[in-house]
Amino acid sequence: MNLVVCIKQVPAVAELEWDQRTGGLKRDLAQGMMNPACRNALEAALQLKADHGGAITVISMGPPQAEEILREALALGADWAVLLSDPTMAGADTLATSYTLAKAIKLVRRDFDLVLCGCYSSDSETAQVGPQLAEELMVAGVAYVETIEVLAPKIKGGRPTIRLSRQTDNFLETLELEPPGVLTVASSGFAPRHVDLSGIQPAFSSRDLIHLDAKKLGANPKLIGQNGSATRILKVYPSVIDKEGVVLKGAVKASVQDLFQLFGARLNGFVGQGYSPDD
Amino acid sequence: MTESHGKGEVWVFGDYRNYFRNRVTLQLLARARDLAQGLGTKAGVLVFGSRMDEQVGDLAVESVAHGADKVYLIDNPALANYRVETYVNLIVRLAAEYRPAILLLGATRFGRELAPRVAKRLRTGLTADCLDLRLDEKGQLIQSAPAFGGNLVADIITPEDRPQMATVRPGAFQELPHDAQRRGEVVLLDLPDDLPRERVRLISAVRQPHRVEKLETARVVVCGGRGMGSKNKFKKLHDLARLMGGEVGATRPVVYAGWAGDETLVGQAGRQVKPQVLFSFGISGAIQHTAGIQEAELIIAVNKNPEAPMMKMADVAIVADAHQVCLALIKEIKTRLKARAV
Repeated sequence: MNLVVCIKQVPAVAELEWDQRTGGLKRDLAQGMMNPACRNALEAALQLKADHGGAITVISMGPPQAEEILREALALGADWAVLLSDPTMAGADTLATSYTLAKAIKLVRRDFDLVLCGCYSSDSETAQVGPQLAEELMVAGVAYVETIEVLAPKIKGGRPTIRLSRQTDNFLETLELEPPGVLTVASSGFAPRHVDLSGIQPAFSSRDLIHLDAKKLGANPKLIGQNGSATRILKVYPSVIDKEGVVLKGAVKASVQDLFQLFGARLNGFVGQGYSPDD
Repeated sequence: MTESHGKGEVWVFGDYRNYFRNRVTLQLLARARDLAQGLGTKAGVLVFGSRMDEQVGDLAVESVAHGADKVYLIDNPALANYRVETYVNLIVRLAAEYRPAILLLGATRFGRELAPRVAKRLRTGLTADCLDLRLDEKGQLIQSAPAFGGNLVADIITPEDRPQMATVRPGAFQELPHDAQRRGEVVLLDLPDDLPRERVRLISAVRQPHRVEKLETARVVVCGGRGMGSKNKFKKLHDLARLMGGEVGATRPVVYAGWAGDETLVGQAGRQVKPQVLFSFGISGAIQHTAGIQEAELIIAVNKNPEAPMMKMADVAIVADAHQVCLALIKEIKTRLKARAV
């Protein structure tokens, strides 16, 4: 099977330090990592490749350092990597991003069977790029896939049928499609593997990674980056609600006792609610 | 029907599949009516399905009673199941014909798969998971959504393209009370006979049994984040919860790290909790998480960082190591229980 996995580098937000003065996150310290859901999508592709053969192309749009996650994907078992990087691609919303990724897929892997994406990115969580990619490529699309099964072709020599399952809004759905298709993979379905240490060195010297800028990609400058985006960000502000509550600090034991001193009336009713002496 | 008849309206996609559990369409209709009044236009709802006059005492009537001025109704056996390509096609046709100014969808799984495909086809902007929607002085839709992992909120506009599209999390707006006296117009439409074939075959759709919603109904919730330190330390939260008849919730990083199951995720993408007492251990307070705890009555937060958003929104902020405080609380409660038993 010809598999394409679209991956994104995101800041490792949970690791970020906070600024003592402002209480904000120090974004300049942000280490990049492969978006966790993209890891699940890559894992799904690796399993498909192991069971049914074929090759995996990973594609990422981002700044030059996004090469790191493509190298990591190669170390994990992807065959080729494509970095889409160009200053004119910056500031893309999902409309422009899906155009750009589709352009690359059509250029390097026109004969794909499945494109796999994580169901959302941890930094923007729109979950929109996968479904828009299906529209842009004009192929079947299914979001939040939990299991993927490849059924033997109905006609000898024909393309296999892909059977999928997913949970959507209180329904368990079983779906089928004939390739090509775009799937977004739910985070619960495919637990990612760890990088095999033996794979790392070849991955960093691998020549199987190509860089494409907007020109090499043959992208319409009006449809990429901020130019190709329909949305504009007016302003960004902290989401902090300051309630000016009670602050307790110092020794832990004293703080806990102060808590009961101040709010015992609201806590005591619950103390021992689920407790049995056997605990 | 002239083209100007629907031009500039505020539309809501009627996502009524789980009507009794998911009220997002009704919540959106309430805000759509406000926006429509601000723009001097009508609030419309798109209702597609089969035999809808028999459902929930007539979905068209129900939509009007909850704030819709107009109901665009397609009732056809071919629409008995939610099918994304068919629905994309129908919405795109209607939008091209009636030219609404705004199109809102609930952030159900179906809504979040449908909306981006419609936006792509219409070549317009779409903001995901909005927390608030309002108009500026020019009548543009300002869409507030979580940004950069949820520590920030972004105000987003779609300056040129129409309709302005947004998906909205259930719970962001309050539905209007059912008003049987309200009157609205029903635009009855036929199913087009040139719908494209669905590329994806639906083999089966099985309604899942109702999950016991322990977290949603718990009176005490103990939430933990990365600040708990490790999987083993995180487990102590269960001991604390058990001592108070409570349930344990988790943040996204904790679920990613495998310290807690997916089903315990609290926040925008997970459970919405409304306990009388919420304990928050080692949680910084990204908006994706805090969106799920807005209705907690008493919030007790523990974090080493007094400036963390979670600490700012707490009634009691304990500046200390989360795991240490968890252990101290367990000890304190056990001491109190022993004293009671005597």
